[in-house]
Amino acid sequence: MSAYSVTEPSKASKWGAGILVTLYTIITLLPLVWIISTSFKTGPDSISYPPKVFFDPTVEGYVNLFTTRTRPAVSELETLPPPDGIMEEIARRQGTIITGPSRFGERFLNSVIIGFGSTALSIILGTLAAYAFSRFKVPLKDDLLFFILSTRMMPPIAVAIPIYLMYRELGLSDTHLGMILLYTGVNISLAVWLLKGFIDEIPREYEEAALIDGYTRFQAFRKVVLPQAATGIASTAIFCLIFAWNEYAFAVLLTSGNAQTAPPFIPTIIGVGGQDWPAVAAGATLFLLPVMIFTILLRKHLLRGITFGAVRK
Amino acid sequence: MAEVTLSNLSKSYGATQALQNVSLTIPTGAFVVLLGPTGAGKTTTLRLIAGLDKPDAGDIRIGGQSVLQDTPAQRDVAMVFQQYSLYPHLTVRENLAFPLRSPMIAMPEPQIAKRVAEVAEVLRIPHKLDNKATALSGGEMQRVSIGRALVRNPRIYLMDEPLSSLDAKLRADLRIELKRIHADMGATFLYVTHDQIEAMTMATHVGVLDHGRLVQFGTPRQIYEEPVSTYVASRLGQPHINLLPAAAFPGAPPNAAQIGLRPEHIHTGDGQPATITRVEHLGDQTRLHLALGPHSLITLTEPHTALKPGETLHIRPHNPLWFDAAGNRIQSPASERPTP
Repeated sequence: MSAYSVTEPSKASKWGAGILVTLYTIITLLPLVWIISTSFKTGPDSISYPPKVFFDPTVEGYVNLFTTRTRPAVSELETLPPPDGIMEEIARRQGTIITGPSRFGERFLNSVIIGFGSTALSIILGTLAAYAFSRFKVPLKDDLLFFILSTRMMPPIAVAIPIYLMYRELGLSDTHLGMILLYTGVNISLAVWLLKGFIDEIPREYEEAALIDGYTRFQAFRKVVLPQAATGIASTAIFCLIFAWNEYAFAVLLTSGNAQTAPPFIPTIIGVGGQDWPAVAAGATLFLLPVMIFTILLRKHLLRGITFGAVRK
Repeated sequence: MAEVTLSNLSKSYGATQALQNVSLTIPTGAFVVLLGPTGAGKTTTLRLIAGLDKPDAGDIRIGGQSVLQDTPAQRDVAMVFQQYSLYPHLTVRENLAFPLRSPMIAMPEPQIAKRVAEVAEVLRIPHKLDNKATALSGGEMQRVSIGRALVRNPRIYLMDEPLSSLDAKLRADLRIELKRIHADMGATFLYVTHDQIEAMTMATHVGVLDHGRLVQFGTPRQIYEEPVSTYVASRLGQPHINLLPAAAFPGAPPNAAQIGLRPEHIHTGDGQPATITRVEHLGDQTRLHLALGPHSLITLTEPHTALKPGETLHIRPHNPLWFDAAGNRIQSPASERPTP
């Protein structure tokens, strides 16, 4: 065996790791780059072969995403008054006129309400349940935890038909509340299990100290446990949001006019006035932003290590 | 400040019997030290009084009132944990202010600032007040942990080996400081330690625990001079008490099985010959390791002794402690002393 240091990797392995990570990053980012660049292309540019890497950027895709348009006869187009505003001008350039706003804004807002709503609910319920499972003698604790986990042992869509029928009976179909409850139901098991692991790692001595220092159990939970569980809560919230935000199958099945989210809506753009790939790409790009911003905002909480050192083991 | 009374307190954790039938009164203003090896039930006693665990049987009274139904906050006790348990997400200042900001105390902020500054001064950590609790050395953490108890004026201070990880100088200083707080404020303390000097110098009363039982309770001098058993006798004494078969020396009372000799019980100059095997110069004292036939024992002599290994020393017991086969002390008239 050759002698090597545990702490200091060799130069060759550093370079090797660097190259691997760079390759992996390129492969992972390529689809994102493709979508974002397509969202700034014109219709013809978006389907040209070979694909254009350098092109004249345009916001046609974004204008088309937010509007509905008709394509009048060329003779009719020439008789119209000059375009009113930048959006109309961009539409005219494509030989179309804007007839009104599209429903993308509304759908996007639905996604925000349902995605963040179900994430918040999953985290609140999940944290309280995880704390109880971690700290108290709960009758049948192991069975309950297994039962909670078992809800994730089949793909959620396997129960689509019973849920569809139940929701129709309960009047929850196509409502924001219905979708929030559904996504919370799916996420709660993940939240309880992940958060229980994080809370288990917070030594009980802190709460005991707080109890003696004059606080009630709930105040100790809020002032001592929650700040230390911030790391776990942040990462759990990201997982929950990503699931609820990207969920497609239930959204197609259970929502339509009122509570439809962005994922089922974006593909419907294709049908409007031919295959409008830039508009689809613009929808996908905007759709990516909230999760990205949320993740970046919580990133500092993802760094572990806050609890190291203050309890002597 | 209040009297704390434990009556017939028992507690087990699973199959482990942590406390059995412990009855103990901590008078108002007393400084009670609990001695015993790991697992004897010292920490359990503190946890039961604090309300962190519920006893299986028995009662705990503070100021005459049973507190069994009270939450830890309602009991108005302060505790210093062996593991420090500083809140890692808070600064030192916030850690010290934490009990004063609790709904139970809710002290006005200007008063909190004053109190925190005072305690920080006593514990010599004013320059660390704005550090995160995690950015301290072990000794500093322990001082903050003591400070978090001292900012309050509780009915009793519970301290679980609070000075154990400090260096000798700081330990000596804080020992005096705690004693001063005890004297000035008339505060009541229940204090767990392994350290003989802490037990002897700080305690007004010492309780010795053995496997969850309180085997002796008395003044430090009683515990040292009048131990009820070999177990209690072994708790205190530097060097350790020498325990030899009773037959090693003449004059054993009937049914004595062991003789207990502390250095002050060993008279040198006449008696039986013993060979010096080692001489340890500790500076302020010198330890002699002796071989008496098949037995070995340790005693003290002057710091600047001329004795050398291999030399012979004559020794005889002087008012020794005698124990029966079960390890219980035999009260012989010869070893009777006036109780302090």
